[in-house]
Amino acid sequence: MAKKTALVQGNQACAAGAIYAGCTFFGGYPITPSTEVAEEMSELLPTVGGKFIQMEDEIGAMASVIGASLTGAKALTATSGPGVSLKQELIGYACIAETPCVIINVMRGGPSTGMPTGPGQSDVMQARWGTHGDHAAIALVPESIQEIFTETVRAFNLAEKYRMPVQVLFDEIVGHMRERIVYPEPGELELIDRDPVTVSPEDYKPYDSTKGLVPPLASFGSEYKYHVTGLNKADDGFPTTKASLVDAEERRQIDKVECPEARADIESNEEFMTEDAEVILWAYGSSARSARYAVNELRKEGIKAGLFRPITLWPFPEKRTAELANQAKAIIVPEMNLGQMIHEVERVALGNCAIEGVFRVDGDPLNPGQIIDKVKEVI
Amino acid sequence: MAYDYEKSIRPGKLPHIWCPGCGHGIVMKGLIRAMDTCELDRNNTAIVSGIGCASRLPGYLDACTLHTAHGRAAAFATGVKMAKPEMTVICCGGDGDGTAIGGNHFIHACRRNINMTYVIMNNFIYGMTGGQFSPCTPTGMKASTTPYGNPDPVFDISKLAIGAGATFVARTTAAHPREIDKLIAQGIKHNGMSIIEVLDDCPTSYGRRNKFRSVVDMMKRLKKDAVPAKAAAKMTPEQLEGKFLTGVLYHDNEKAEYTEQYAALIKRVQEGA
Amino acid sequence: MAERYEIRFSGAGGQGLITAGIILAEAAAIIEGKSALQSQSYGPEARGGASKSEVIISDGPIDYPKATIVDACLAMTQEAADKYANGIKKGGLLLLDDDFVKTEPEGDFTIYRLPIMRMAKEDIGREIVANVIALAAVIGMTGVVSKEAGEEAVVRRVPPAFKELNQKAFALGYEKGKALLN
Repeated sequence: MAKKTALVQGNQACAAGAIYAGCTFFGGYPITPSTEVAEEMSELLPTVGGKFIQMEDEIGAMASVIGASLTGAKALTATSGPGVSLKQELIGYACIAETPCVIINVMRGGPSTGMPTGPGQSDVMQARWGTHGDHAAIALVPESIQEIFTETVRAFNLAEKYRMPVQVLFDEIVGHMRERIVYPEPGELELIDRDPVTVSPEDYKPYDSTKGLVPPLASFGSEYKYHVTGLNKADDGFPTTKASLVDAEERRQIDKVECPEARADIESNEEFMTEDAEVILWAYGSSARSARYAVNELRKEGIKAGLFRPITLWPFPEKRTAELANQAKAIIVPEMNLGQMIHEVERVALGNCAIEGVFRVDGDPLNPGQIIDKVKEVI
Repeated sequence: MAYDYEKSIRPGKLPHIWCPGCGHGIVMKGLIRAMDTCELDRNNTAIVSGIGCASRLPGYLDACTLHTAHGRAAAFATGVKMAKPEMTVICCGGDGDGTAIGGNHFIHACRRNINMTYVIMNNFIYGMTGGQFSPCTPTGMKASTTPYGNPDPVFDISKLAIGAGATFVARTTAAHPREIDKLIAQGIKHNGMSIIEVLDDCPTSYGRRNKFRSVVDMMKRLKKDAVPAKAAAKMTPEQLEGKFLTGVLYHDNEKAEYTEQYAALIKRVQEGA
Repeated sequence: MAERYEIRFSGAGGQGLITAGIILAEAAAIIEGKSALQSQSYGPEARGGASKSEVIISDGPIDYPKATIVDACLAMTQEAADKYANGIKKGGLLLLDDDFVKTEPEGDFTIYRLPIMRMAKEDIGREIVANVIALAAVIGMTGVVSKEAGEEAVVRRVPPAFKELNQKAFALGYEKGKALLN
């Protein structure tokens, strides 16, 4: 039988992906341009016995998601940049308490209220650093309706596997445009649940990392009782100010994402015509679509251009970006901001090639023509 | 025979952080007695708090305990209760935590009438940060940020909770330990949002600045100004001047409970499908 | 790379032009199996103001999601014509509502006029179907999807009680649109 297809918005595909992943809780607050995610979840969740709650504010939404996750639910919230600004407090809480959850950020222009119905990509650094204190971050940046579905599923898998918040960022263009989606059959995409606890309730320590960098998380309301706090804590979950314990825990919570094995597991990139490329367009989200269009046009003119597209933005694809900097004469970074990821590209390129940005923040997407002009200017 | 509190306390977690004379310990003992009265299964009980002295309480108790961020207890607790309605959910925290930074979560949890019990310890001050005034510091009183006397009007937490839609609201004081556990137990048994306001003393940060010579002075004052709601009904406004009411202030069994409403919604949607 | 065909529907918010775009994209992507991408832009007002909906149809993948050079454009109001009837291809077409657009945009394209709102009100009896008449006219003029695919996509979108009404509107729009080219 043919697979089910439909013409849907990115925001709708996101909700469908969440349900596919086994999400049973959504806590949200209305905000343009992400609201359709909440609307879809409010309709879909009761059909699968899940819970939808519209909270009193963005912070409350994030709090409810962490609370639900501690009972064992796969939990989701969706917002936009201003909402993430408010959620930052509890994103940090989810990091230190190591609580799995998925945060969707449908990006608009900013700062502040900015341009609610216009696209932007200016929250990518917020996704990395947007909460106080040191912490690891995982952020995924799909470019199409189909990929929003699959990356939302992957976000849940990574959140549960690495016991932490995972952000999925796409801009207003992809969130609101409609394309055909082919819904994966049940079982077609891998689904990952959090590791089961294997020790007895008496021996359970929620942050015991002797068997791995990601300790198993028990659910509230099971045979396991434990304490959760936002304070620096020892492996038993209780607050500590003992220097060696604080240091070890902080480092472990970053290592669990940034160690080579985890990076290899989490990173995901797409490359298009990079083999012989002299100019690399380093682009993500809807800007990558403009860049791919530009690559096709440039190739017609005999210019050896290629596209590197990170699908996992954080952790940053350091190794491959460095390799491309060695291969190419120039890397061009088109972004719908005034230069954010370009600094990361510069950091790992070590001066091995020219690096230029193409930036746009007027509410219109990056036009392929702008990118093509920049390439011609550089080579 | 002495009451066995030990079985409810996590081994090795005492002594607590509270100052000598602080009423939070009295409230904790009341909470333990209430949980025993209600025969709560500790594995199925979540105790959720925010930040502050009172919010350290869950860490001492043997249950599923969640020490969240400043003001956010009710919102975290809402997530726990929605996702697992079979759990008993208790919130605890202070006046500043619950009604200032957490005020929005507090009133909306009341509005939803979600089945949980919020024990709010009102000691009229931010104790942990060193005695700044809270929305509950009486006008004119001294705090570290009101050196000339507090210019702010005061929140009446119980009235706030009633106005916001909580369906069981009661008040007592740390000077009435027996009433604490009775009211908390009633709150736990009530099917809806229960607010138990316990007027409490902070000798270190509030009493010291406001010329209470001792903890005993503060406790005596709480006793003297407390008027049981039933007795107050027979008193004149003049007699009630400067007093506060205690006991059950509001009780409504009619308003629908939130998680039951949602369960009915799920049933309706699934049967319709 | 496969040929892109770009269509822009514009008018007042609430006139159903975003829906018209969605129906066209469904006809292309779901019924005819082509690639199609629909997008829109709108202001903060839910009704009134100028809104636009764009559809890109291609035999191959569609990378850049916005219009590059528009093959066919519809403007239902003067404000929409002023704001959105631009970027039209040389030799492209622009369809205007005859009653509501008095000042014609200038450019190297062919302008056609149909009294779309009036047709909806007087010929069909319901202003609400103006978007379907407009959509059908554009399909009739461009042939970007087949008449059958267009009609089926309309029927899939509307409640059963309004099926006949919309079929009538579609047939009228298609016929009048095609006739414009003769």
